[in-house]
Amino acid sequence: MNEFLVNLKINNIPVSVKEGTTILDAAKILNFKIPTLCNHPDLTVAGNCRVCVVEVEGSRLLSASCATPVSEGMEVYTNSEKVRTARKHVIELLLSEHNADCTKCFKNGHCELQDLASEYRIGDHVFIDMVKDRSKLADMSSPSIAKDDSKCIRCQRCVRTCEELQSVSALAVINKGDHQKISTFMNKPMDDVVCTNCGQCINRCPTGALTERTYLEEVWNAINNPSKHVVVQTAPAVRIGLGEDLGYKPGERVTGKMVAALKHIGFDSVLDTDFTADLTIMEEGTELLTRLKKALVEGEKVALPMMTSCSPGWIKFQEHMFPDLLNNLSTCKSPQQMFGALAKTYYARKKGIDPKNMVSVSIMPCTAKKFECNRPEMRDSGYQDVDYVLTTRELAMMVKQAGIDFMKLDDEHYDSIMGEGTGAAVIFGATGGVMEAALRTAYEIVTGREVPFKNLNIMPVRGFEGIKEAKVLINDVKPEWKFLEGVELSVAIAHGLHNANELMKAVREGKVVYHFIEVMGCPGGCLGGGGQPIPTSPEIRQKRASAIYAEDEGLPLRKSHLNPEVALIYKEFLGEPLGHKSHDLLHTHYKVRKRY
Amino acid sequence: MENKVLKRVDYIFQESSVVEVIELITKTFKKTPDDIILDVIDSGLRGRGGAGFPTGLKWRFAKNEDSPVKYVICNADEGEPGTFKDREILETVASKVLAGMCICGHSIGAKEGFIYLRGEYNYLLPHLSKVTDDFNNQLKTKNIDFTVYIKSGSGAYICGEESALFESMEGKRGEPRNKPPYPTISGYNAKPTVINNVETLVYAYMICKMGVEKFKELGTKDSRGSKVFSVSGDTPNAGIFELELGMPLKDFVQDFGDGDTKAVQVGGASGHCVPRKHFNETIIGFEGIPTGGSMMIFNSSRSMYNVLHDYLEFFTEESCGQCTPCRVGCQQLLKGIEAVKKGERKPQYLDELKKLSATMKVAAKCGLGQSVANPFNSIIDNFREEIIY
Repeated sequence: MNEFLVNLKINNIPVSVKEGTTILDAAKILNFKIPTLCNHPDLTVAGNCRVCVVEVEGSRLLSASCATPVSEGMEVYTNSEKVRTARKHVIELLLSEHNADCTKCFKNGHCELQDLASEYRIGDHVFIDMVKDRSKLADMSSPSIAKDDSKCIRCQRCVRTCEELQSVSALAVINKGDHQKISTFMNKPMDDVVCTNCGQCINRCPTGALTERTYLEEVWNAINNPSKHVVVQTAPAVRIGLGEDLGYKPGERVTGKMVAALKHIGFDSVLDTDFTADLTIMEEGTELLTRLKKALVEGEKVALPMMTSCSPGWIKFQEHMFPDLLNNLSTCKSPQQMFGALAKTYYARKKGIDPKNMVSVSIMPCTAKKFECNRPEMRDSGYQDVDYVLTTRELAMMVKQAGIDFMKLDDEHYDSIMGEGTGAAVIFGATGGVMEAALRTAYEIVTGREVPFKNLNIMPVRGFEGIKEAKVLINDVKPEWKFLEGVELSVAIAHGLHNANELMKAVREGKVVYHFIEVMGCPGGCLGGGGQPIPTSPEIRQKRASAIYAEDEGLPLRKSHLNPEVALIYKEFLGEPLGHKSHDLLHTHYKVRKRY
Repeated sequence: MENKVLKRVDYIFQESSVVEVIELITKTFKKTPDDIILDVIDSGLRGRGGAGFPTGLKWRFAKNEDSPVKYVICNADEGEPGTFKDREILETVASKVLAGMCICGHSIGAKEGFIYLRGEYNYLLPHLSKVTDDFNNQLKTKNIDFTVYIKSGSGAYICGEESALFESMEGKRGEPRNKPPYPTISGYNAKPTVINNVETLVYAYMICKMGVEKFKELGTKDSRGSKVFSVSGDTPNAGIFELELGMPLKDFVQDFGDGDTKAVQVGGASGHCVPRKHFNETIIGFEGIPTGGSMMIFNSSRSMYNVLHDYLEFFTEESCGQCTPCRVGCQQLLKGIEAVKKGERKPQYLDELKKLSATMKVAAKCGLGQSVANPFNSIIDNFREEIIY
């Protein structure tokens, strides 16, 4: 009974809540919905939109319910005349400076301001229209993120996201009063600043001010062009997120329906990024073992800890913030880019297609992937390896545009080749997943035994703790791995760039020693990616994570090295991990970028 | 009401050397912190920045907080249009301000004090630093563990709002915080902080010097003591004057008006505009219209539309922009009166705007947005025809 309870009344109904609870949360317990805009479960309290104001008996002022803790004997009214007037005023004021071209807006139907305007039947509001310089074009410089200030309501969710969750601070508030806006360093275009394209700001923007750059029309055009062979790959986290935009509750696995929908839409071949996720484990696992061998046996100075390179937001972050640690990054391309390079080489050759007539599309939970596919290094097939990246959200739009009744679809299977994936690949979608997949394979390669965790589930690397650590003792190794006998493999996992930043600082200062680090740029890993359905919250991400691990357990193969298509591609095409062909197609290099 | 004639007095600007104030500090420190705070409470001293919170209570709240680190901050971000008395105080009697801070620090258990100096007052820095260094050194020789530092603002009006001031001091964008928590619990660096106006600190010092009873003889029951006024506008007597609080506006206009006074803006741009017809019943003080010191006098040559327009332009620009009612509300009020003036909106639109200003008064995040309704309503209500025609 350490918890101190506070008694109050909300709309005359008594309730007892923990000390420190906000009025907003107390009202939720009684099922009184108070509208909010600047408030977000992942962020600190701002209290700046003022749409959540309530009346507290005895106070001259209205209180922002998101920012006001309850107190004993408080009497709160969430719907009084005073509250309704103020709330309507706030919505009307926001609309008076909002470019309300709703029917043309990418967020039409998914806009929190639009919802409120509709709920309160704002109609023809009384105030003077102040949308400044309507003709001013949105910042479309970034291949990932479109920023349209005329739709911005200054809630600062994006600013808090960029600073608190990502430690990037590409977006900040500038100027004051009527000139106040959300901008970048020196007002530079989005593609010229420290932005990592992670898209977490998009996930939390209540309006259409921040959206992904969409390539829907380009993809439709390719599909409808009979001379093009359009292949599509789907990332692990898409299958557990897509349902949310198509009528399902968070945590629904819709893999089979998604594949069916993609076939209905008209992609020539529906393939799986899981295939290259498994391939990544082979390449990256071998790279790690090679680095360890060089360090332990040959005494060579190699960059350790090695760090994963699947997350393009994380890569760009590292290029800006920790350029001195670029050698620690695995040289492996991300699964998306491995897939792209192989699609226009291996796949094209096997299928007898001229790669110049191929269009390679990927469906990603990610906006940084849109940037990644445009990196100049990513043309090893002789063409742009991945032509277009669509987010999970954009795929949902395609499904709707195609008139597909998603929930009624029968499950279908991925096409072959490059459509086979194991459970180890699926868990790439959750923080800790790459690590778990790598350990399942590397441990077995080195010792000939399965990882010593029940049912292959390496629990210490799972979960949403900001930075996780684990140690795995390697013993009774196969003769060829004798140098690893008795080594305690030490690993760490960070998700969200704020945690990555903390971990990297510790690594740089030598405060921590690891062999291998997994970093995912987004909170929760790809399942919380910037291209996933909106809204997001810790609860939603938890449900998506459960779905990912359920998908893993439901698959017959759960170790990357058992993927038969992976074995085949080494036999037919690549030779061996880190071999010559791998080097050409599957590995990359990084670029030092400035912070300003 | 007490039947006495309130008049000009001269306490605050009486010269005082660092040595003298240090002497008074050592004398005062023979009392316990609690007794000093009791004296300040008993004196009835209320904040001279304009809001009028009882100073002694603020000190007691901070003293009651259990924290090894506490701060005293002198709010010298004097930005209210028409207010220029803190500048004079810092120029002429800075040592008294420092003494007030030191006494406050001793009373609440703070070892560090900061003067947050308005950016535009940076020219005072050489002088102020010299006095402060001298003061700090003298305290050291007396083994008094208190040091005063100076921090400069950068010219934003909003940083005079105490929580925005803390943000600014912490190197962040000057945006007001949510309250609660209040500064006495979580202020600068999230530590218990007393933040007082320059003049308040001087009066705290004066109370220790002249005694509670003598201070209480000044002013009225609800507005104890005297106050420094910045008188400007259509007056033959512009300048800085120390007057007893609680003076009827009629008497003030008698002394300072030019014989043609149409209205007095009491309390600067965020204060109230009092028309001639209300001079008789208006008291300058906490029982009437409180002021941070600004008294702007307008005669019949002035257009009250222009006056209001200027104020609204000021707020539109100086709003920090974070909260909706203030950022957008100020712009709507400004554009609204322009539209009415031009005939683009009907005169009745002013009533819509009054409803909006009422929302701003209760829903804005800080005092800036909440107080825009003061000039807006008082000018619209009393000079409606000047706005419309």
